[in-house]
Amino acid sequence: MSNPDDLRYTAQHEWLRIEGDEVTIGITDYAAEQLGDVVFVELPEIGARVERGAVVAEVESTKSVGEVYAPAAGEVVARHDDVVDAPESINGDAFEAWLFRLRVDDPASLEGSGLLDRDQYLAQLGG
Amino acid sequence: MSELSRSPLHALHEAAGAQFTEFAGWSMPLRFGSELAEHRAVRETAGIFDLSHMGQLRAVGPDAGRMLDHALAGRISQLEPGRAKYTLLLAPDGGILDDLIVYAQAADDFLIVANASNRGTVSAELSQRARDFEVVVRDESDDAALIAVQGPASRAVLGAVTGLDAARLDDLRSYRAASIPFGDGELFAARTGYTGEDGFELYMPAEDAERVWTAITDAGEPLGLVRCGLAARDSLRLEAGMPLYGHELTREVLPQQAGLDRVVALDKPGGFVGDEAVRKGPPEGARVLVGLHVEGRRAARAGSPVRHGDREIGEVTSGMLSPTLGMAIALAYVDPRFAVTGTNLEVGIRSSLAAASVCELPFYLRKAAA
Repeated sequence: MSNPDDLRYTAQHEWLRIEGDEVTIGITDYAAEQLGDVVFVELPEIGARVERGAVVAEVESTKSVGEVYAPAAGEVVARHDDVVDAPESINGDAFEAWLFRLRVDDPASLEGSGLLDRDQYLAQLGG
Repeated sequence: MSELSRSPLHALHEAAGAQFTEFAGWSMPLRFGSELAEHRAVRETAGIFDLSHMGQLRAVGPDAGRMLDHALAGRISQLEPGRAKYTLLLAPDGGILDDLIVYAQAADDFLIVANASNRGTVSAELSQRARDFEVVVRDESDDAALIAVQGPASRAVLGAVTGLDAARLDDLRSYRAASIPFGDGELFAARTGYTGEDGFELYMPAEDAERVWTAITDAGEPLGLVRCGLAARDSLRLEAGMPLYGHELTREVLPQQAGLDRVVALDKPGGFVGDEAVRKGPPEGARVLVGLHVEGRRAARAGSPVRHGDREIGEVTSGMLSPTLGMAIALAYVDPRFAVTGTNLEVGIRSSLAAASVCELPFYLRKAAA
């Protein structure tokens, strides 16, 4: 259901699917490969308020921890517990293994926040 | 920064799809695929590792054994040819400069294997400590390769590639080493490793490395042999409770603090560099190395604080979610008053605290061979 070309990206290797005022967030295939085998995922509680730039989730591999940031202020409206039960699904398909969904206070604020399209994201990996 | 050193096997690793990492000035495989699958292969079948980044030095001459007795913490002169010993290079103040394996290849010829990060220190210290002895210390690292085959099927893999039967390979008992036939030549094989499993470490000139690696992977893959990177090497050694230089062993730590009293031969005639400091021991209350079981599935990492009540009493040096045990484990230096097995402590993992308890080492102990 997630075509990488339809998603937006952050420089911190998160992908975002923006639908109205709701944003679904995961980590990119590149981030998953860099982390290695994911063994633990911590997700926020539904209903939690988050501020832009706050660490909202953690994706931990055998060697390191990837922090997932909130791209905008808002409220957590869904979390993907399948990923908590099977962290390795992030290595399987990072674009299906979404982490949490945020209802953002001001959807317009996302546009000014330096989000990348797939080509721009891939280009900055090369740099 | 100067360019990273490359193993003589670099091109083969690239072709096999390795993801590389920088380690001690080297570009070495971090993983070839899934590091958990690599870890599991070593516990269940076998894995092959390129360890060509390790320092390989040699002390040759009539005084080689005596010089190493003076320079190192162990009694090296008593080592019969064909035996290996785990030992330490100490500073005069007793601090650990490196942990080493020394192989006696002849009465006057010793191979010394050092950590890649400490190769320069070991070379300089040994040369300096050798000045009053009739011995030559050479750093042969640039011309040498090291390949490890580890895991319960490692004997079968080596048998398949060399044609030696199990009984012949078992002449090579733990911490023994010998030249074994390999193809139309031979190589120096040791029953040593850093994984907690049965296994072999194979020493050879750099120009032979590709031929040996390819022969072993060709013969071994049908037996379940898997190429492994440094990620699996680290997780395997940690489960086996083995210290890693730069984490558990440092210049600031005396052997007793790291639980390595047994490798220090204080009764050696003539003494050795650092012996007085070791005999005196660390100051009262100096932290000691312990194993921790940590609750939950989040891993404590190097630098995580260890707490008892509202006091910080130690620090984690290595930690992870153990793939074999399915629990979070860590090595930590703690105040000796809290080092007793079963002591309940807490570990700070990023913004929260996790309950932890002091446990026996190693975390993982393989079942005795059949």
